[in-house]
Amino acid sequence: MLASVTHILPVAAIRRERLMPTEGRIIARRGQQVNPSDIVAEAVLRPEHLLLDIGLGLGLSTKEADQYIQRRAGDEVGEGDVIAGPVGIGRRVVRSPRSGTVVVAGDGQVLMELEGEFSELKAGYSGVVVEIVDDRGVIIETTGSLIQGVWGNGKINYGLLNILAHDPDELITPDMMNVSLRAAVVMAGYCEDEKVLLSAEETPIRGMILASMASSLVPAALSVNYPIVLVEGFGKLPMNQEAFSVLSLSSRNEVALNAESWSRIGNTRPEIVVSTSEGAFPEVPTELASFAIGQTVRVVSPPYKSMLGTLTNLPQSLSRLPSGVLAKTAEIKLSNGETVQVPLANLEIIG
Amino acid sequence: MPTSLIDADSVLAIEIGTVSTRVILFDVVDGRYRFLGHGSVPTTASAPLNDVSVGVKEALDQLHDITGRVFFNPDGQIQIPSQPDGTGVDACVATVSVGPPLKVVAIGLLEDISTESAKNLATTTYAQVVGSMSLNDRQKTVSRLDTILQLRPDLIVVAGGIEGGARASVIDQLEAVGLACYLMPKEHRPEVLFAGNSALVQDVQATLGSITNLHISPNVRQSYESEQLTPSQPALAQIYRLVRSRQIRGIQEVDLWTGNNLMPAATAFGRTIRYISKEYAHTRKGVLGIDVGASATTVASAFSGDLILSIYPGLGLGENLPEILKLCPLSDISRWLTVDVSEMDLRDYIFNKAIYPNSLPITSIELAIEQAIACQAMQLAVKQASKAYPPDVLGSLPGLLPWFEPIIASGSVLTKAPNRNQTLMMVLNGLQPTGITTIAVDRNNLAASLGAAASVAPLLTIQSLEATNFINLCTIISPVGKAQSGTTILKVRMTTEEGQESELEVKQGTLATLRLPIGQAGTLQLTPLHRFDVGMGGLGRGGTVKVVGGVFGVVIDGRGRPLRIPAEPSRRRDALNKWLAIAGTG
Repeated sequence: MLASVTHILPVAAIRRERLMPTEGRIIARRGQQVNPSDIVAEAVLRPEHLLLDIGLGLGLSTKEADQYIQRRAGDEVGEGDVIAGPVGIGRRVVRSPRSGTVVVAGDGQVLMELEGEFSELKAGYSGVVVEIVDDRGVIIETTGSLIQGVWGNGKINYGLLNILAHDPDELITPDMMNVSLRAAVVMAGYCEDEKVLLSAEETPIRGMILASMASSLVPAALSVNYPIVLVEGFGKLPMNQEAFSVLSLSSRNEVALNAESWSRIGNTRPEIVVSTSEGAFPEVPTELASFAIGQTVRVVSPPYKSMLGTLTNLPQSLSRLPSGVLAKTAEIKLSNGETVQVPLANLEIIG
Repeated sequence: MPTSLIDADSVLAIEIGTVSTRVILFDVVDGRYRFLGHGSVPTTASAPLNDVSVGVKEALDQLHDITGRVFFNPDGQIQIPSQPDGTGVDACVATVSVGPPLKVVAIGLLEDISTESAKNLATTTYAQVVGSMSLNDRQKTVSRLDTILQLRPDLIVVAGGIEGGARASVIDQLEAVGLACYLMPKEHRPEVLFAGNSALVQDVQATLGSITNLHISPNVRQSYESEQLTPSQPALAQIYRLVRSRQIRGIQEVDLWTGNNLMPAATAFGRTIRYISKEYAHTRKGVLGIDVGASATTVASAFSGDLILSIYPGLGLGENLPEILKLCPLSDISRWLTVDVSEMDLRDYIFNKAIYPNSLPITSIELAIEQAIACQAMQLAVKQASKAYPPDVLGSLPGLLPWFEPIIASGSVLTKAPNRNQTLMMVLNGLQPTGITTIAVDRNNLAASLGAAASVAPLLTIQSLEATNFINLCTIISPVGKAQSGTTILKVRMTTEEGQESELEVKQGTLATLRLPIGQAGTLQLTPLHRFDVGMGGLGRGGTVKVVGGVFGVVIDGRGRPLRIPAEPSRRRDALNKWLAIAGTG
């Protein structure tokens, strides 16, 4: 059975697609070295149009007005430029009220696309642009520590990592937010207080890595201007030891937080990438794996949620869980020494 | 090759769901269709495979191991029809529910008439209305154009103009649609469904035909008073198929195997319920089908062959699960919990489940949480769906569920519950049926596949409905009326085929059962007291009714309608657990 894989790796070759939701302009070039906050592409996500009634403007019928339209589809026009006319003794004209591009002209009308506000796509990672994806974005390659999260608030940024958590489940409190964290990416355990998120925004920090968070904070987490990545999920869950170790050893290193939401069909997932020094040439981690004895796995649901363990047995037949549900299971020796039976559907391979 | 009077012998049904992909083989044995086996694997629409056909092929490998049937020819293609050596199948049908809801923009003339109908039409498939426009919203064409471009819908539904009604204003509404489609790259253009004044079809085709992917369906608003959504369902199913084929790799391949007849699972489920309602037309009651799935909760209500299909992606138990919190307070879910779980933990569970929708409940606590959520999802879905019921539908009181016969429950949370009394209580608490009805469980979750198969092998559908695929849980009698708790509200005398008699006095606020084994017939003499309505023709009217036994025999739900449960949490849990235990004694 194919298994879900979550990467928690001290060093990995990372290759990521960064795409805009619509066509736009690619700014980065192939081979370019980029920082996480570099803009690699831009597009007008909220297009604005203007429909000019030329017939009305010139006091002519639709058919007559067409003869006086001076601009054609694709023409760029500036504010005040003549679009149609002149007509009659008064030399009546229709001028463009704003600058933009004519997209349709005819039937006595001109449709213009106005110069809209560009939305910028940031690189999200420090690395090299290895491919341009049509008019949609780029593919970036980098090397570093990789920790995949389970939830993100949709923002992206980078900064130096500041470790606030001494234990994987340490509670973060508002008084821990102080000026020394300005421009840092902070790593903490569990957050249950909205004030923490708001104080962090005021500080301001550049990002927050949490083991877990109370789900009641989701609206606040979505509203803050910095990225938040949850490594484990919602409720008081300690960060798994592997991720905690990798991050704890990365204090003061540059860390990129791409807190995009986890969309399995859309191939996006919140990620933390810690830049590592050059010289290492690791392989791209595999995304495709089947369960096998000896693998390190994480349990994704209660009562063992977020616990890591080693897969010790894969029974062929279905097993009855304590809930009474029948399922294909695996035996897992948890890091606390306990051996438990967990449905395969509730496991993911860590690697 | 087909060898009997049955038109297509072997039928392969494929279901591509959000969580699982199943393949099911039916074949004719001794002149009747039989369910021969199934294979099931996790759906492979997501990374890293991003191709549903991989999962389908893996599930077919499983099915091959179970049945010995070879499905693929040497070219690696599925073999249709079957060959004399037994390779292949004679027909293939498929349903799909995986993928995000279609983003829909609804356009009409009047916001509360035709635009509302366009929105309602969208609820009959896996869709989410992301925007709406009406003549009376006073937006300019260019503003509508920008809205459409920003929203990037998968589908634009245009309604408007009753038959013989408005023309010019409908065509005006289309200007923004045409411009938006013209400005989009061809591969990103939405499908457009025109379901308005039929006199405008030629004009609409002339206006939009060359620049949009235009579909035409019968007018959803033939008059101001009536809304007809069902005739548009084939067009909507076709659109869903096209959009999904573009969005998810592998769908197109499976669609080809079906001869381009791949269906939305909910539409196929609705077909089955409609078919059953024709069979039960003599009861003058509707048939209710409820499917609680990962992608959506589907309510299929059919009245003498007329189907009302309502699909609620916001009430799916998968990635969309937190959406339920926008539709009801957390306390509405926690009230169904049989175990002590804080609202904070419940909320956290909902959000975590959305991250890992495939996960299974390991302990009884998680199971109780999932069943409580399912219960609330059913209640919200049916409440919303019932708004579209015909005004003359039979029932006890407005606001309560009308009379249905039978009620069919589908979806893993219901059909795979470890104990059937859990299924029964989810249905009783979530739907709160009234009058006399039978509750059946689609135990192999076949209803959607049978609906999809109806066009290629109608006998398969008919024979499977008669077979053991649908387990009769019980006949349920739910008296409606007002009385103090503990007051006797109904006297029941049951006589079995063998002549055994049993009697029961049902008190207000209680749940009671009479033992009647599966398949055994019995006669109930019902005598309601205090003008309670048991669905036999009026307040306080009783009589004799023939029933067939189910897993829990006959269950009399005297807990009241609407159901009132204790407000105090521990008393409430005690009551829920007591009812659960009583239900299991039938």
